[in-house]
Formats: sequence, structure tokens, C-alpha cells
Amino acid sequence: MSSEMTRLFSMFGVGVCLVLIVGFYCVLTTRNLIRVLIGMEVLTKAVTLLIIASGYAAGQIALAQAMAITLIIIEVVVIVVAICIILCVYRHNKSIDTALLKQIKG
Amino acid sequence: MLPLFILIPLTGVVLLNLPFAGALRKRAFALVVLLSAMQAAVVVVHPAGFWAETSLMDRFLALDLKAGQLSLVMLLSIGIALFAAAMVGHCTFRDDRQRSHFVSVLLISLIGMNGAVLVADLFSLYVFLEVTSVASFVLIAFNRDLRGLEGAFKYIVLSAVATVLMVSAVALLMMMAGGTGFGQVKAALEAGQGATLARLATGAFVCGLFIKGGLVPFHGWVLGAYSAAPAPASVLLAGIATKVTGVYGLVRLVVTVFPASETINQVLMLVGAVSIVVGALAALGQRDVKRLLAYSSISQVGYIVLGLGCGTPLGIAGAIFHLFNHSVFKSLLFVNAAALEGQLGTTEMDRMGGLGQKMPVTGVTSVIGVLSTAGVPPLSGFWSKLVIIVALWQAYHHAYAVIAVLFSLVTLAYLLVLQRKVFFGKTSDSLAGVREAPREVVAAALVLAGLTLGIGLLFPLLVHTFLLPMSGVF
Amino acid sequence: MTTDFVLLMAMVLAVMVTVMTARLLWSAIGLALASAVLAALMFRLNSPVAAVFELSVCAGLIPAIFISAIGLTSRLNPEALAKRWRHKLLKYGAMPVIVILVVWALWQLQVPLTFVAPPPAVEQDVRNVLWNQRHIDLLGQMSILAAGAFGVVVLIKGAKRE
Repeated sequence: MSSEMTRLFSMFGVGVCLVLIVGFYCVLTTRNLIRVLIGMEVLTKAVTLLIIASGYAAGQIALAQAMAITLIIIEVVVIVVAICIILCVYRHNKSIDTALLKQIKG
Repeated sequence: MLPLFILIPLTGVVLLNLPFAGALRKRAFALVVLLSAMQAAVVVVHPAGFWAETSLMDRFLALDLKAGQLSLVMLLSIGIALFAAAMVGHCTFRDDRQRSHFVSVLLISLIGMNGAVLVADLFSLYVFLEVTSVASFVLIAFNRDLRGLEGAFKYIVLSAVATVLMVSAVALLMMMAGGTGFGQVKAALEAGQGATLARLATGAFVCGLFIKGGLVPFHGWVLGAYSAAPAPASVLLAGIATKVTGVYGLVRLVVTVFPASETINQVLMLVGAVSIVVGALAALGQRDVKRLLAYSSISQVGYIVLGLGCGTPLGIAGAIFHLFNHSVFKSLLFVNAAALEGQLGTTEMDRMGGLGQKMPVTGVTSVIGVLSTAGVPPLSGFWSKLVIIVALWQAYHHAYAVIAVLFSLVTLAYLLVLQRKVFFGKTSDSLAGVREAPREVVAAALVLAGLTLGIGLLFPLLVHTFLLPMSGVF
Repeated sequence: MTTDFVLLMAMVLAVMVTVMTARLLWSAIGLALASAVLAALMFRLNSPVAAVFELSVCAGLIPAIFISAIGLTSRLNPEALAKRWRHKLLKYGAMPVIVILVVWALWQLQVPLTFVAPPPAVEQDVRNVLWNQRHIDLLGQMSILAAGAFGVVVLIKGAKRE
């Protein structure tokens, strides 16, 4: 890769890492189920950015766009199913505090 | 011909949900039983060469599917496990609408699993693993009870982490290889360019697969999912879905994509051994049948990964053989757990006892399943474990071989405890009215037990047709 | 280059706001903002189709879903909100520090990207790739959408009937 492309990709790489850290931090330190989902969304944003940046750096932008679109669709479906589960949990518990979900010990 | 494995279940889903298909919805589970039996039969009858021929269909649909020996073995396992799950599901759901919804989601998970074992592209592999996972989320949470919802949610979160790892890896590999097909990635990795990035990417992908396969230390979701899911979903998940999503991915990568690497082998063996140990030790203290079987699954998958990490053709063949055997005997044990749950309404072992007289078939098939899991001759589990242990010994991994043998004994211990607590002894009065499980469940248990027994007894004959071809080219 | 840098910083800031804020509603809006910035970045990287998709779905549909879910499940509690500010500050105080440390560490790391990427494909239309080359992904997308639809039906409509 040309040096300019390398620098560009490095910059995007650092950005992706930062967003990943913020996303993981959110998922790990929250007690609210919807916050967990938002953290997952943030992680998916980071990965989408990585796909597009790699595609741009490698010249495979069409393939990268196809992958990004597929990933977005998958992400929407997962979020929708997770929200439905949260709504059902709310109906049971009248709360979405994760502390109440420790009934299943791993 | 291969696209049919994906298109037939898809048409099934469409047909089931047409407005005028009421009669079809009533027999929904029979449809799945038929489909899975056909899948298993078709794979056994036609050898690999048949599937490689191009047919009329390939002119219209350019689906890039390939089926080598490994894929065929997986298709067979999928057919068998789905057959068992459908037979159990037939007796679990009474409401017609629920039946048709469950069967529709079951068929979608079949699409996901068949697709995952047939594609030749890393990103498509990921897509179909996600299809299987999303179908599993819905299946686990199907009854909307709190435990099922929690189990499904934990699985969702860990699956999202696995997604992040796998897709990042695919993005980085795409950059190096110019594409995501297995062949392209293999060529790029062999050319050895960009070593740090390549290692990062392969490591991330492998970790993602560890999460999906329920290996230690990423096994947090397995317990909740297996024990809280409705009975047919547990059979499907434990029997095949975890194997396809996690373990098949690892096998396919090691065999087809990654160049032979000492690091990867070491990591696989370590993770495999740790899974065996943690799974077996945790299973010793469990009081609930399904939870005990869940930990046992983690342990057995550890054996598969241990054999895979061995690196020699014998080790890999043993791993694949154990994968197949595990899908058979673990499905059998979960079918029996479903029978117990259906008849008793509980899966806690303390409330059971002496059921061997009331549920004779379940008891006998359970014994066969237990002995096969523990690796007792002449059942199938013994042979596959033997192959793995021999492969480890031959490759001078003596410590791992010893661990494998030792924890086989631990497996025997906790499973015999299970058997004794549930089936042997005197029947307590509170269990006086218990009867044998419905016909379909019993039939499924008998078929699976027969397979375990048959493969075990006929192994010397099967060595040439089944095992040796697998250690060759896939 | 500098536009990209500014946009990247904007995205990281938007994401940090999303995570650190006490009110769920602002989190959802922050998510929409982050998606919009990501779409802008995608436009800069020659990916218009994906950018439009991202904008319509992730900056529109998903925040709408979140906001409706938040509306359905949250109970406003004024005293709890006041207590949360101090609590949040302690919990999230570590995050900016970690971020700065990681940036410094990554800058020192200098992961070598010394490989020769294969020459790019000549024709580069996304629609061509998606519809003509990756049929299998399309089947996967259809299946997963079906699975999601059944999930909603089973979980929500089923519960309504009870």
C-alpha cells in the first residue's frame, strides 16, 4: 500500500479501536438492559467503519459496501429481536435492571 | 443440486405461512421429520462426486457452494439432530399456531446450518452462522418464560461480541487477500504477507468461533441457553447448532484456510483441554439434568477441539468423527431429558429416582447414551475418543493425552451419578403415576441409541469407508 | 485528511456522549448522531450506497425502535436522576483516561501494514457485486429477516394473546 493510504488506514484503525473500547466499556459497566443493546450498537458501528476503511484501503470498495449492507441488515434484526425480549422481560419484572437477571448463574 | 439444501427449507417456511395452509400447519412437525430424514438419507446414499457435478440448476443460480467429505458429514449430523428435535417438538407443543411458528423458526435454523457447512467464503460463513444464531435466540425465548428470556439475552450479548471479532477479522483478511473466499484467503496467508495483521485477524476470528462454540473461557451463555430453552430447542442446540456454528468453523478453517501453524495448534489444544477440565469438574456438582448435560457438552466439545489442535491427519479425522458421534449421543441424552421434563414437569435430579421401572425405554437408551459419552467400548464414543488419544500420543503430546483419558473417567463418574439418581433405585411414591414418554420421543431415542450402538459395533468395518477418507483431502 | 480526522473525532465524541449520558433518550439520540457521522465518513470513502443505507437504517430506524422501547419501559424518577449524576461521573471518569492512554499506546505501536494488496477489481459497482456475485449472502439476508419477523410474532403477538 502507498504510504498515504497506510497513514489514512492507521488513522481509521485508531478511530475504530477507540469506538470499540467505548462500546465494550458500555456493555461491561451497565445495569440497564437497553444500555447493553446501545453498547452492542456502538460496537457494530465500529466494525462497519472498519469494513469500509479496509475496503477503501484495499481497493475493494464494492465488496466492502456489500458486506457493510449485509452487516447492517443483520444488526437490525438482532436489535429488533433483543428489544422484543427486553419488552417481554419488562412485562415479567416491571423493570429492566440487569441485577434481576442473575438468576441463571453461569 | 446443492442449493436445494437451502432452498427447500426456505420454500417450506413460505408454504407454512401462506394463509390457506391450515392442513399443512397441523402436520408441521411431520414435515420437518420427513425433511431431516431425507437430508440424512440423501447424504449417505450419494458420495461426494455426485454433489460436485454441475446440474441444470447451476445455470440459473450462481450460488458458490461446495460439498467435500467434511460438509457431507456435517449435513448428515444436521439431519439426524433435527430429526430428533422435530420428534420431540411434536409432543411438546399442542397449539397449532405455536407449532407452525416453532417449525418455521426450526426450518430457518436449518437454512442457517446447511448454508454454513456448504459455503466457501468467510463472510458468507459468518452470515449463515448469524442466521443460525438468530433462529436460536427465538427458539430459546419461545415460551416467554423469564429463564428462557434471560438465557436468550445472554446468548445475544455474547453472540454480538463474537460478531465484532469475526467481522473485524474478515475485514482485515479482505484487505490482505483482496476477497473473502477460502482460496483467496489461504493464498494470502500462505504468502505470509503482513504477519502481525494476519495473526491478529486469525486470532480474532478463532476467538469469535470459540464464543459461538461455547468453549471455555467464553462459555457463559451455554448454561442458560441449554437449560432454559424448551425441550426440542435444547435437543437442537446441544445436538448440532453449537457444533455447526462454533466447532465446524474451526475445523473448516484449520483444514482449508489456515496454513499449518504451531501457534494455532497450541492454542486449540490448550482451549480444548481447559474446556474438558472445566466442563467435567463443573458437571460433578450439578443437581439439574439439563445443566449437567450442558456442562458435559462443553467438556465433549473440548475433546473435539483438542483432537483438532493435534494437527496430524489422524487427530483431525478423530475430531470430526467425535463431532459426529457427539451430535448423536448428546441429542440422545437431551431427548431423554425432554422425556423426563415432559412426564415429570421438572428436571431436578433430587426429585427423581427409580424411574427405570416406569420409563424403561428411556432408561435403557439413557444408559447407552451415558456409556457412549464416557467412551466405554464398544459404543461409538469409545472409538472416536480412542482415535483422538492415539493421535495425541503419536504427536508426543503426552500430557494432553493423559488429561483426555483421566477426564474420560470423570465423565463416566458424573454420568453414572446421573443415571443412578434418575433411573435406578426404588420409585418414590410421588412418582407413582409417571408413565413412559410419548411414542415419538421414544422412537427418536431408540433411533439415536441404535445409531450409537451400530456405529460402535460396526466400527472396524466403517474405518475404511468413514474414517480414512476423512483424513485425506476434504 | 483533515476532514476525515475531524469526522473521526466527531464520531468518537458522539459515541462517548452516547455511553456516558445518564438519560436513555439522549443515548438513543447520540446513537443517531454517531450513525450520521459514520454515514458522512462513508461518503468520504467512496461508499455512497452503504452510506445511504446506514443513514436510513441506523440513523433512522434503529433510534426510532430504541426510543419507542425506552418509552415503553422506563419510569421517570426525579430523585434517582439527581443521584445518578455523581454516580455516573465516578463510573465513567475512567473512560476518557483509558481512551487517551490507548491513543498514545497505539501511536507508539505502529502496526506495520507492509503488504502488497492485489490490484483492485476493474468494475466497481456495488449493485453489481451484491446482486450478481453474492447471491448466497442475499439468501442469508432473506432468512435472517424471516427469523426476525418470526421473533417479533412469537414474542410480542404471542404475549398479547395471553
